Amino acid sequence: MSVLVYTENWDGKFKKLSFELVSYATGVAKMLNTTVTAVSIGKVDENELIRLGNYGANKIINVNSDKLTVLDSQVYASLLSEIVRKENASVIIISNNNTGKSIAPRLSVRLKAGVGSGVSRLPLNLNPFTVYKRTYSGNAFAHLVIKSDIKILTLAQNSFDLIETPSNATIENMNPEIDGSLLKTVIKDIRKQSGTILLTDADIVVSGGRGMKSADNWGPLVELAKLLGAATACSRPVSDEGWRPHEEHTGQTGKIIAPNLYIAVGISGATQHLAGISSSKYIVAINSDKNAPIFEVAQYGIIGDAMKVLPKLVEAVKEIKK
Amino acid sequence: MKILVCISNVPDTTTKIKFAEGNTSVDTTGIQWVINPWDELSLTRALELKDDTTTGVKSVTVIHVGPAASEPTIRKALAIGADDAIRVNAVSSDAWFVASQIAEVIKKEQFDVIMCGIESSDYNGSIVGGMISEFLGIPSVSAVSGIKFENGQPIIIREIDGGKEVVSVPVPFVAIVQKGIAKEPRIAAMRGIMMARSKPVKLVEPVQVDPLTQIVEFEKPTPRAACKFIDADSPALLLDLLQNEAKVI
Repeated sequence: MSVLVYTENWDGKFKKLSFELVSYATGVAKMLNTTVTAVSIGKVDENELIRLGNYGANKIINVNSDKLTVLDSQVYASLLSEIVRKENASVIIISNNNTGKSIAPRLSVRLKAGVGSGVSRLPLNLNPFTVYKRTYSGNAFAHLVIKSDIKILTLAQNSFDLIETPSNATIENMNPEIDGSLLKTVIKDIRKQSGTILLTDADIVVSGGRGMKSADNWGPLVELAKLLGAATACSRPVSDEGWRPHEEHTGQTGKIIAPNLYIAVGISGATQHLAGISSSKYIVAINSDKNAPIFEVAQYGIIGDAMKVLPKLVEAVKEIKK
Repeated sequence: MKILVCISNVPDTTTKIKFAEGNTSVDTTGIQWVINPWDELSLTRALELKDDTTTGVKSVTVIHVGPAASEPTIRKALAIGADDAIRVNAVSSDAWFVASQIAEVIKKEQFDVIMCGIESSDYNGSIVGGMISEFLGIPSVSAVSGIKFENGQPIIIREIDGGKEVVSVPVPFVAIVQKGIAKEPRIAAMRGIMMARSKPVKLVEPVQVDPLTQIVEFEKPTPRAACKFIDADSPALLLDLLQNEAKVI
């Protein structure tokens, strides 16, 4: 019996979420009195792999194959289910991001394992195995009992703190035979954003709403984000108007994020928007309407016109960065 | 080419969620039920593909797993423009149950493209679409924000962390759909509403499946502390709080 965690990498480095996943898996393993096996698929060198040990991984399975550079959920799930069986894993931890969402359900069918998706705390109970998960887009949380022998948990991003638990991890290299004819997903084109901070990975997010008034007013907001090392985001009306690209839309039907700090500029805070950001640790709201619902979820607020407050805030940040 | 759109019946997204029966269920009193937003966008895109005669899409069917009480949501999908509907007559208990039922139906009636919303706005599971594809052993593409056909081949845009990929998979396949697939959900016109009444809704009895998960309790999110207001002319004070109190910058 062990806890298995599927990590993700980007350009040869682990994404921050991978360390969160391993920290979480280590917590679950402690409850179950067992060990953590981390799986990495893709090209990651040994110095980077060993970093998973800092967060408690006891064993790292490094799967390296030229055929696995494209996410094909069918092939990835088949490979992972083999590893789960070989490692005799009883709990599998995966991110609740787009990649995780494409792998977890397939793995579930292969292993007849119930899925607790979007968990944000350690299991509440082991018998029956009960997890705490987000429902109703953050308006309620559920205690979900998973009845199957093998359990799959997908962890909400940025919901679990990194916990350093150094362990002497061993690395096991695996070069699986991949039947090329099974790979059905053909990539025609990749459009990567370059040089920007991933919105779903960002510690700080600066986000603008209708209060920004037009597509031409985003200069100070983007500058503020740059100074803070933050990603930029927006509310739905902004992306619908085409002021900002729809990839930046945070909210119920857009991206769901949980940064340490979310700065909402000129966003009133409709239920649908709050559904995408309410798990943020701290929320700052800047809005001219003192009755805007965003102030109900914010810890810090400034009542004022975004166009006037933003430049002052930018200057103040420049001052402290000196 | 036949498209199947899976639809879930969910509370309107502005609903204030209340609990019943000792916090073990959601109080459905006064709730307005709607088509799950992502499923509605999927249906809209499916109908756009059918309207375009070059795609070869001949029909759009919707499927729903639910009791007779969710019939109005199915009629709404028909009013928006779906050709026909299938209702699996069962109260859905979990993703495993729902995906099993839909996969059984697809095994009997062939579809080329199966579209599912990336999650339902009630259980936020993001599981059903992927399970259906694995039950059927067919490809799936997740986080789909665009779909079209070129020479009968699907060309799909999927969102990945930090970008997009344009991919192709052979039919049949499952498209797990997110925002961007269609601009605005299509709205039912009066003619559509009239026509929906006579469109066929096929009733299917469920197969025996035991759910793998069960919600035993609901709770409200932890309330946040009251907002501290800072004067608009003293942004430095805000930064001081963020640095020294919240310790986030």
